[in-house]
Amino acid sequence: MRDITDRALDTAASQGASYADVRVVRRLEESIAIKSGRLEGVSSGESEGFGVRVLVDGAWGFASSNWVTPAEADRVAAEATRIARASATALRNRVALDSRPPALGHYETPLDVDPFTVPFETKIADLLAADEAANQVKGIVYTETTYGAQREWKTFAASDGSFTEQVITHVGAGIESNAAKGDEQQRRSYPDAGGGWQAAGYEYIRGLDLKGAAGARAEEAVELLTAPLCPPGRRTIVLDPSQLYLQVHESCGHPTELDRVFGTEASYAGTSFMTTDLLESGFRYGSDLITIVADATAPGGMGTFGWDDEGVAAQAVPLVQNGIFVGYLSSRETAPRIGRQSGGAMRADGWNRIPLIRMTNINLLPVPGMSLDEIVADTDDGLYLSSNRSWSIDDRRLNFQFATEVAYEIKGGQKGRLLRNPTYTGITYEFWRSCDAVGDERGYVMLGTPNCGKGEPSQTGHVGHAVPGARFTDVQVGVGNG
Amino acid sequence: MSVDIDPRRRLALAEKVLLAAEKVGATEAEVLVLANDSALTRFANSEIHQNVAETSATVNLRFVLGRRVGVATTGRTDDDGLVALVEQAGSIARVVEELEDWSGLPEPQPISEAAGAWSEATAAASPESRADGVRAVIAAADAAGSVAYGSFSTGAETIAVANSKGIRAVQRQTSAQLLTVSMAPNGGTGYAETVAVDVGRIDAAAIGREAAEKAHATQNPVAIDAGDWPVVLEEYAVVDVLDMLGYLGFSALAVQEERSFYELGRRIGSDLVTMVDDPADRNGLPMAFDFEGVPKERISLVDRGLCVDVVYDSQTAARAGRRSTGHGLPAPNPYGPFPLHMVMSAGTSSREELIGGLERGLLVTRFHYTNPVHPKLCVITGMTRDGTFLVEDGKLVGPVRNLRYTMSYLDALAGVSAVGSERKTLKGFLGGVVVPAVRIDGWSFTGTTEH
Repeated sequence: MRDITDRALDTAASQGASYADVRVVRRLEESIAIKSGRLEGVSSGESEGFGVRVLVDGAWGFASSNWVTPAEADRVAAEATRIARASATALRNRVALDSRPPALGHYETPLDVDPFTVPFETKIADLLAADEAANQVKGIVYTETTYGAQREWKTFAASDGSFTEQVITHVGAGIESNAAKGDEQQRRSYPDAGGGWQAAGYEYIRGLDLKGAAGARAEEAVELLTAPLCPPGRRTIVLDPSQLYLQVHESCGHPTELDRVFGTEASYAGTSFMTTDLLESGFRYGSDLITIVADATAPGGMGTFGWDDEGVAAQAVPLVQNGIFVGYLSSRETAPRIGRQSGGAMRADGWNRIPLIRMTNINLLPVPGMSLDEIVADTDDGLYLSSNRSWSIDDRRLNFQFATEVAYEIKGGQKGRLLRNPTYTGITYEFWRSCDAVGDERGYVMLGTPNCGKGEPSQTGHVGHAVPGARFTDVQVGVGNG
Repeated sequence: MSVDIDPRRRLALAEKVLLAAEKVGATEAEVLVLANDSALTRFANSEIHQNVAETSATVNLRFVLGRRVGVATTGRTDDDGLVALVEQAGSIARVVEELEDWSGLPEPQPISEAAGAWSEATAAASPESRADGVRAVIAAADAAGSVAYGSFSTGAETIAVANSKGIRAVQRQTSAQLLTVSMAPNGGTGYAETVAVDVGRIDAAAIGREAAEKAHATQNPVAIDAGDWPVVLEEYAVVDVLDMLGYLGFSALAVQEERSFYELGRRIGSDLVTMVDDPADRNGLPMAFDFEGVPKERISLVDRGLCVDVVYDSQTAARAGRRSTGHGLPAPNPYGPFPLHMVMSAGTSSREELIGGLERGLLVTRFHYTNPVHPKLCVITGMTRDGTFLVEDGKLVGPVRNLRYTMSYLDALAGVSAVGSERKTLKGFLGGVVVPAVRIDGWSFTGTTEH
């Protein structure tokens, strides 16, 4: 691969680039989708190409191609420098990067069973068994059982001498059971809406035991059809990890992206209320129980790697410490603007996209004391919300509203009847400040999503979230159910 | 432009892979080639901060053995890559379960060329010409004392389909999009967007002025209470209503899986609501055929408030005992067919008349981060953004802070009391959407925020 990267970097330099980097990425993907016992789709995909990013006259340019040849490396590097010169015609502040030692080395996702060597027959049989278990439940109108795997071989080289090679593997699977009657439709999913995903091998899929869990979730979907509506009101809520991770994602992960803070996503995803003056003033983001870390070294997380896509080594960056806002997800370009070094959060969706500041693994750390079950037992009157169904948050990440698949009423420390169509809403910092219990290590699990959208052209990111459960007080629930 | 988007050569590539699949025993096969040359210039804080270009080609092979179907995709179009593609798709087909209801790949039908789908000017757009447009937007923002953010994209694509039933289809298309958010002091924000096949039809300065003027007008927004408000939705907001209806309800698969609101003849809108999926509408982004090579039909979705039809691909059509309407997406496609070219009929009201009909209500520029809360009832939540105004006695009073809503889009359609006479072409989830502004008698706002 050196022939391609050297050629691109040499050409960029000869065309006037003061800095250049090149990523050569080969991506292999597999997917299986089963609907109600019918094998809806089995596919395999391969993509290979390279992207060259350059700085010319303090402005960025990027070009990419799926023809991985030395001649094309010349053409693409030259095109990137031409694009950068066009950028420079509308530039007000020259880009300056922080310094870092050249990145050198190799990283590979640790795994036990290579998912790409497990025969399709085996994977299909595993999924069909789960799908069948769900479909045996009377009242289920359709099920959807899915599997996916992605592996990237990524070579990064930069004009400062950096050269890294990484092999990163992610797998996921899940089952959704749907019941419907009239205008009512209810869904229960396992292990999570959209499936459970990790940086791991097929051992993670086996460990999920989809077949074992499918029946009970399907029965809940049917039961929800006739369950009472979750009534509106202000309640104490306990969030299961399957919902809490998305709460962290939307209301802490995105607003601490420093590019958003500086406005570079303003025309698409929006900006952030977590402005740099709040960092300097020690803004209280949550209660003392809230400590959130962006940890690109966490085992199993889809935001775990050796180096980010600027060649910055993986690290753990505190975002919120005992409730106080202390840090950002950052890049070599943005971090110096607040007097810091890059936290290594630049990630690109494949060879044909530039790296953007993305979440790594945004983890809400457990608090010694109570397990999630003990938090429920400690709750006299509340709701236990599980499995995300819908999410929305404003363009500064303040007003959010989530719906979950199910709410269990909590009375006297016991989970009781199901309530359908639960929703809750709030203002980010008010909500996190209302947290009065965070689960301990016993319920701390690594979850994540393979569908985090950002940027133009659009990029889809794989991000991780390790969370326990947590309890929040005086939360508005049942929006729209009045 | 370096990628080979020549239609004949792309179709020849599809035929080459088709022949290879048949040679190794495929009883049916379908090859989809997508070749793309696109670029996007992005700006923020009134300067270009990201500027990218991409050339790519992908080959998608649906390999059928009797009733067993395997799909593989590759971005490697050299001989080794194509051989590996055929081997991979064939190996999947050999091990998967039979599809009891497999109806076969679609048969060829006459395809008319999509008039107005291609623009040489768009295909030839350069980083310099996009930068010219961006500078015009920035100049408009500078003149208004605001700051410009946005993107200017141009792209050319060739789609070729060949299957073993004899389908040979190839088309090329271009699109260009310019959008901008303008930010003024004291919390002012405004939005403008335009989409066209021909980049020459994009007036960058006008888009910049529209957003900057709105940003100026939305400074110092005041808080108002949530609750039910009559609204005028600008075109940028209406596009979300059509997108969600298409996503949740107007797909035959959604109907077959009992997750759609659709029932033939069901009233879901007032008499003023008429929607079609019209792939030939030259106001949109025309397409001649779908990703299965089936000619696209104009489908009436809602006629004066009543549900008329949904869109089909070959599999959902076979299950329903009718022919595909040409709305298939690339295989494998567990999501089902999708209306990519939704068009809402214009009404008779000017913008002034739409607003003038509000005794006390809100003018909404656009929505942000919308998501279904209850898919079958089409209950959606989202936020307003980039320009929300209080209207009293038919006159704009001033800007208000953004609001959250939780609202059934079916109830919204039922409450449409006036439709704008002008329409805009905008980007939807997957294709071009042509929409007017509308006035709606009641909109359920359920929360507030701080800006």
